[in-house]
Amino acid sequence: MSDNLHFDQVTQKELTSFIEREQAQAKLHASIQRFTDLCWDKCMSSKPSTSLSRAEESCLVNCVERFLDSSLHMVKELENKRAQLSG
Amino acid sequence: MAAQKEAVMRNVRNQIALANAQVLMNSSTERCFTKCVPSPSSSLSSYEQACLSKCMDRYMDAFNVVSRTYMSRISRDRLENQQAAAFH
Repeated sequence: MSDNLHFDQVTQKELTSFIEREQAQAKLHASIQRFTDLCWDKCMSSKPSTSLSRAEESCLVNCVERFLDSSLHMVKELENKRAQLSG
Repeated sequence: MAAQKEAVMRNVRNQIALANAQVLMNSSTERCFTKCVPSPSSSLSSYEQACLSKCMDRYMDAFNVVSRTYMSRISRDRLENQQAAAFH
């Protein structure tokens, strides 16, 4: 990659929004990675088998859903506390 | 110009893909090592190797299940928000 790239304004804008999209995508990927680790530790049986069991799969699904519920719950809780303080 | 733009985009995509793959590799290696090699000896046994191979496949399965669940949750929440916004 050469050191001095000179793009016109239209291209610069296009590249900026491209990079923003890619960053959003990377953030999404990082969240999925984090949930996988969290739920792997909770759901996977001690010895890996030749396929995911039904129990493991439904545990993973529930784990992600409940984590997101918990996250929303914490936000609501914080909002309530803030409302109490200011009210 | 267009070729340079394409090159920048390709570069960004490649770097992100590489970073994602590295995190995935590190994370699955740590978790499968914990599962499959609980007490390390002077060499990896064939049993441990087989366990690591299976474990890696299951880690990818788990990643895909989590990914599918998260994506459908996001689109479900978005839909509900839209409906709530339209209702008010």
